[in-house]
Amino acid sequence: MSETLIPRFLRPMKAPGENAGYALELGPEHPLVLDSGKVLSPLTIAYITYGTLNAERSNAVLITHALTGDQFVASTHPVTGKPGWWDLAVGPGKPIDTDRFFVICANVLGGCMGTTGPASIDPATGKIYGLNFPLVTIRDMVRAQAMLLDQLGIEKLLCVIGGSMGGMQALQWAATYPERVFSAMPIATGARHSAQNIAFHEVGRQAIMADPDWRGGDYNSFDVHPSKGLAVARMAAHITYLSEAALQRKFGRELQDRQALSFGFDADFQIESYLRHQGMTFVDRFDANSYLYITRAMDYFDLAADFDGVLAEAFRGTKARFCLVSFTSDWLFPTSENKRIAHALNASGANVSFVEIESDRGHDAFLLDEPELFQVMQGFLGSAASARGVK
Amino acid sequence: MTRAGLPSRADLRPDLAAIADMIPEGTRVLDIGCGDGALLEYLVKVKQVDGRGLELIQTNVNQCVARGLSVVQGDADTDLSEYPSGIFDIVILSQTIQATWQPEYVLNELLRIGKRSIVSFPNFGHWRVRASLVLKGRMPVTRALDHTWYDTPNIHLCTISDFLALAKKSGARIEKAQTLDGDGHTRSLRAEAWKANIFAEGAIFLMAKN
Repeated sequence: MSETLIPRFLRPMKAPGENAGYALELGPEHPLVLDSGKVLSPLTIAYITYGTLNAERSNAVLITHALTGDQFVASTHPVTGKPGWWDLAVGPGKPIDTDRFFVICANVLGGCMGTTGPASIDPATGKIYGLNFPLVTIRDMVRAQAMLLDQLGIEKLLCVIGGSMGGMQALQWAATYPERVFSAMPIATGARHSAQNIAFHEVGRQAIMADPDWRGGDYNSFDVHPSKGLAVARMAAHITYLSEAALQRKFGRELQDRQALSFGFDADFQIESYLRHQGMTFVDRFDANSYLYITRAMDYFDLAADFDGVLAEAFRGTKARFCLVSFTSDWLFPTSENKRIAHALNASGANVSFVEIESDRGHDAFLLDEPELFQVMQGFLGSAASARGVK
Repeated sequence: MTRAGLPSRADLRPDLAAIADMIPEGTRVLDIGCGDGALLEYLVKVKQVDGRGLELIQTNVNQCVARGLSVVQGDADTDLSEYPSGIFDIVILSQTIQATWQPEYVLNELLRIGKRSIVSFPNFGHWRVRASLVLKGRMPVTRALDHTWYDTPNIHLCTISDFLALAKKSGARIEKAQTLDGDGHTRSLRAEAWKANIFAEGAIFLMAKN
């Protein structure tokens, strides 16, 4: 037993001068009522901002992050030291121009980079929540973000933009708070998690739970972390973020640091070595229980479910402008899933654009250097800004 | 582009400029087959319409969205059914109906989702077309129809008279009609439709459902 143990990812190593963000502490006067009916309080929301909110408060852009993302969208990651995950898209003069827009990104509810999650202290017991943390949904994440915006004094977002699970949040924002969203750009996403995607998540969760160090989710009490299980979960998931063509192009059957097969179970192939590396580095920055909770939130996501299965009803009467983007080689959130959303938006009479971008880089393409994505982003954000009168 | 950064009518293809003139300011417009978005951009920026586009070719769509237009990748032959009835003031189908698989279905959908519809197309009854077939015995290649038979996207060509017959069958009331010459310049089409069917290289019709 270790009472003082705090997982590494909870105490970011702040680089001097680096934008490390803020933590909003919401006390008992701001309880978060979850979809499960449970109440979460107190609540911490870790977030980061770039740029300046204008006097009209009309230039706020909320970036919603993906499953294993965090608030460090354009800042050096405090644990890995790597550039922000959307450094290519966010910054001065970049498609999401921080000279022009006030950009906000918050760690999701259930996350492990400062926002309340399973690695936070349960006020009822004074111990880390672990599996006592209530199950959260995408809508709960969005509710928490709305509470953050309330505190920041932002009534209406110019745009909510995100890829993958970030896209789910963008859609949920438009459906739950239509009056607070001027435009939304959901990228490489779906209005529901497919059976195949739930299946992959279940493989990941079972890998974590099968690790003896998981200890029924109470690993913190034993000063251990189910790193092996979490690494396997990451490896399996990582395959779904790529494409067969990209794997073949990058790795083929090339051998790793050797001339011949080893006739054993070493990482003979480059692809094996690559995946092991992805798994190993991931566990340094992510909490295993967070992975369980956030994947579950994605599995539960089905925007049409509250509207008798009619997705168009989720957006009825919306005045928001939408821009949906998919990538040709994305098989996790294929074009068909994104197009289903575009069809529903058309049917509800919404102002919608839908763009499919040719790329062989799979689902991950939305995080990579895809000039066409950036052009579309700039065009869409620019026209939303001029329609709203943002200078 | 003019000094103010607005697109100018003079830069539009003449047939598109003629269509633009038929569209009142501030209306809600869907441009089917909007191409690179030249007409749509003019309508949105100069005539302040609430404009949307539907375009088959993805690179065109991406270009439109990068220009700040609201455009969806889709196919007029299949995707119009998802739009609610009467949602647009005007639906435009410019130089596209002859390239659709189901022109009758497309026209009916146009009349359903738009309070008014504008359709333009090349006239297969033009005398040059007739002459090419009758005198040379070859499929016509003209200014308005500049493809050979084996690479043309135009799979359902029609004459002005053919179109008027289909419009009548679909219950459309013609509110305005113009002919186009080979350069796309317009003249208003009067009662002598038979004359236009021989001498016009194309036509534009503004219609509403009866």
